[in-house]
Parts: sequence; structure tokens; C-alpha cells
Amino acid sequence: MASAEEVAREAERRDIRTRWLLSAPALLVIFFAATGPLLIVLVYSFLTPGPYGDVKWQFSPEAWISVFMERDIFDDTLSLAAAHVTIFWRSIKLAIITTIATLALGFPTAYFMATRSEKTRDLWLFLITIPFWTNLLIRTFAVLQIIRNEGLINTVLLKLGIISAPIQILFTDTAILIGMAYVYLPLMVLPIYASMEKLDFRLVEAGYDLYATRFQVLRRIIFPLVKPGVIAGSILVFIPALGAYVTPIVLGGGKNMMLSNLIELQFGQGRNWPLGSALSIAVMVIVMVALLAYVRNAGRSEVRHG
Amino acid sequence: MARSFAIKHQPGFTAIAATCFVVLYLPIVVLVAYAFNAATSTSEWGGFSLKWFQSAWQNSQVIDATLRSFQIGAVAAILATIFATMAALATTRTAPYRGLTFKYAAINQPLMVPEIVTGVALLIFFSRIKIFTGYSGLGYLIAAHTAFCIPFAYLPIRARLENMDLTLERAAADLYATPWQTFRRITLPLLWPGILAGLMLAFVISLDDVVITEFVKSGGQDTLPTYMLGQIRRGITPEINAISTVFLLLSVVIVTLFFFISRKRD
Repeated sequence: MASAEEVAREAERRDIRTRWLLSAPALLVIFFAATGPLLIVLVYSFLTPGPYGDVKWQFSPEAWISVFMERDIFDDTLSLAAAHVTIFWRSIKLAIITTIATLALGFPTAYFMATRSEKTRDLWLFLITIPFWTNLLIRTFAVLQIIRNEGLINTVLLKLGIISAPIQILFTDTAILIGMAYVYLPLMVLPIYASMEKLDFRLVEAGYDLYATRFQVLRRIIFPLVKPGVIAGSILVFIPALGAYVTPIVLGGGKNMMLSNLIELQFGQGRNWPLGSALSIAVMVIVMVALLAYVRNAGRSEVRHG
Repeated sequence: MARSFAIKHQPGFTAIAATCFVVLYLPIVVLVAYAFNAATSTSEWGGFSLKWFQSAWQNSQVIDATLRSFQIGAVAAILATIFATMAALATTRTAPYRGLTFKYAAINQPLMVPEIVTGVALLIFFSRIKIFTGYSGLGYLIAAHTAFCIPFAYLPIRARLENMDLTLERAAADLYATPWQTFRRITLPLLWPGILAGLMLAFVISLDDVVITEFVKSGGQDTLPTYMLGQIRRGITPEINAISTVFLLLSVVIVTLFFFISRKRD
């Protein structure tokens, strides 16, 4: 005879088995068409490039060496690969500046939205959701038309007589920066808004009662309380900005490469799949490091304020 | 005096917010306006005209790419939504069990990896399978799109499930409904808005994708975004504005529907 306890345990076991069966299709699809192939990239980064693309199944650390180093074709000595270092630095720098810029603009915007009356709040949320789900390529293309030499900005400035010749913005790092800040702004606003919406303004009031200045209230009360949203937004902006592919092509004109364009090059004309793979893994590592830093930082601050 | 002190005020925040909203919409308005420009050059205004819409409509490459986008988007969104619904049922309303955290991490994994890396990984993996099986159809694109759509479809469905009242299902069970009957008659109808929202999100996400599609597609498998990217690289014509305008309109319609479905209180 099975005891009641055994029956309950059997029921629980069956429940968990059903739950695994139910999640199996989603997990399998993600494993085969997203996660699993990442392991192949890691393997490929240690192989020898094939003559027409693809790889020869022969171990070689060469791809990893050439991520940052260049081999002299005459005497085989290694030197720093200036071009790669420049592109790495440009990508990281632009991703960080984009994150800061979207935070500087997105934080006040989210605050503005969260302090509206309940009815109008939905309207503002709707207005920020539209660009959020609008095609990224189309929005980048829209920026292109604004900042090019014959675009709105230059036309207006010329007409007003502020400048005598169009400012060359397009095909510069500034153009990439403007484009990324523009397309990723909603990604920053939405999570901050989600945190801000739950903010208890009685705490703010208490701060003022205790003679805090506006800035002190912002820094010591509001900011710590919405920090989870700020962290989520920063991650959501930093990851795609680091791997940005469309923006540098459309606004950088192909001259100012970012990491993703360098990677694509290895799978196209470069015909160096192992190097492309090694660079991809390097991008992943940077993302992981950034994520870990954020998570650790978030954990620490929670302890401090909690 | 104290009562008139606005506690919610922060200096300059409203001005920044206003600037943000103007800046977000201005380029889109300009883009749409130039779609109706009669001039061939995109730098001057030559009067109102619909000729670019007409020329896009008669461009068989555009129509092909659009149909392909819809085909991939529809299949991928439906598959992703079904799988995400099952996964959401398996990961909500339960005491933590072994593997639950793993499931969360696995389902959200596509969001944590830059698209370029996934694109490269799939290029390598699928090129192997292509050599192996000789198949080079749309299946690869559909598989890739389904995978990265799952976390997006999962979000609203899971949120809906977590806010759902358990008592109705318990009542059904008390009245001798089988688990399947309870699911069909109680859970599914209550979950429906979440599922619809997930489906629409997944469809929009699939329609938007450039990077992964660019790496996975075989020759002649351009979707609308990859076709447009190719055109923009070659030089811009108002035809791109016209296509963008139609695309934008579609996105706005879907987002509006999504917004009202997911915000609707029971």
C-alpha cells in the first residue's frame, strides 16, 4: 500500500515531468537555433581558415592571436594590430557613450511620464511604445535623412545663416552615435518608467519635510529606488549598441567600422572564419563582463539600501 | 505655502522629456513626408505625388520580399507563441523546482547575446547542415526567427498567467472537470489576451529583424528589411521612403492593437 506521502510525492514528480515536457519544444528550438551554435563558434575560433571560406579541421591558435596582434609578413614578428584595436575601442566607446546619453535623456523622460495623471500616463507610454516596436532599419534611415548634408538640420542652419556650408555629420562617429542614441532611447525609457511608476512619492515628500533640496531628493531617494530600472535599461541599450550592425552601415558609410562589421568582413571578403569566430566570442566576453559588473553592482547597492 | 510646493517637480526634466518626444517623432515625420515627394532627388520638395508608392508596388523584388517577410513572420510567430505558451504554463504558478532557474535563463538567452554573434553562429551551423542535407529553403530562417521570437512571446503570456486567479481552476477541478477540460474551458480563455499580445510581439520582432536574417538567408531569400538595407547601401531613392511609410503604418496598427489588448483590465 502506498502511503499518502508517497502518493503526494508521486503526484509532484508527475507534475514536474509534465512541466519538462511542456517546456521541451521551446528549449529545443532555442538550443538548436540560438544557444547550441554558439559552442560551434567557440570551436571554429581554434581552427585553420579554409581557402574559400569555412575551415580546415586543424587546430590553430592563429585566429585568437590575430584578434589583437599582427604577424609581419617578412620576419614573422608580432605587433599590435592597430586596426583591430581601433575598432574594438570605437565600439566599446560608442556603446558606453550611447548608454550614458540615452540615460541622461531617458531618465528625465521616464520621470516626466511617471508623474503625469493616471489617464495621460497611458498616452505617453503609447507614444514611447510606437518607436520601440518600429523597425530599427527604418528609424536609422529616418535619421540618415535628417543629418545628411541636404537634410533638415543642415538646410535649416543654412537658411538661418548660422553656417555657410553644410556640416558633414553623416559618415562620422558622431552620426553613428546620434543614430544609436535615437534608436535605443525607448529601450532605456521603458524599464526606468516601469520602476518609476511604482515609486512612492510619500518618500519624496518625507525627504522635503526633512529639508532636502531637489537634487538631494533626486540623488538620495528617487535614484536609489529606480536603480533596478536604470540597470535594466543600461543593459538593454549597451548589448545591442556594442553589437550594432545596421547603424554603422547606414550612418557610418562603411568607413567607420564597428565590431559587427569587422566580424561580417571575415565571413565575406576576408574569408577568415576562425578570426570572425574569435572576434564574435570576444564580443560575447565583453557583454558577459559588462553584465556581471552590473549584476554585482546591483546586488551591492541592494544590500546597502535594503 | 507648503501646500503649493510641487513635490514631483524636478528642474529641467519636463523640457528634456518634451525634447525627447519631438526628437523621436521628427525624423519619422520627415521620412513619411518625403515619401509623397514628386521630385526624384530626396533633397528638394517637388510637390505632392503618390508615384513612389506606385513604383514600389510595381517592383516585383519589393513584393517578393514583403511576401517572404510575412510568410516567415507568420509561421515563426505562431510557432514561437505556441512554444512560449507551453513554456509559460510549465514555469509559472508552481513552487520552485529543480531546473526552473535553468529554464528562465535558457528562454531568455537569445536576449542576452548580441544579434551579430547569433547571426555568425547560425551562419556556421546552418551552412554545415546545408552541405549535409542539401536543403536550402526558408526552413532555416523560420527556425532562427522562431528561436529569437520565443522570449518576446513568453513575456506577456507569463505576466498574464502570474496575475491569473487560481480559484476558478480549483473550482472546475472540484466540479470533476478533467485537467484538459479545465485548461480548455477556464485557463485558455483567461490566458487568451496574453497569447494574442505574445503573438503580435513575436510577429513584429520577426518583421523587424535585419542582422540574423542577413547572415542566415541563402541567395534570393531577401526579406523586406534586408532588401531595404541593400538598397540604402546603394543609394537612396524616395521609393525606400514609400516602402518605409507602409511598413511604419503596419507597425503602428499592430502596436496599437497590442497596446490595447495587453492594457485591458479584466
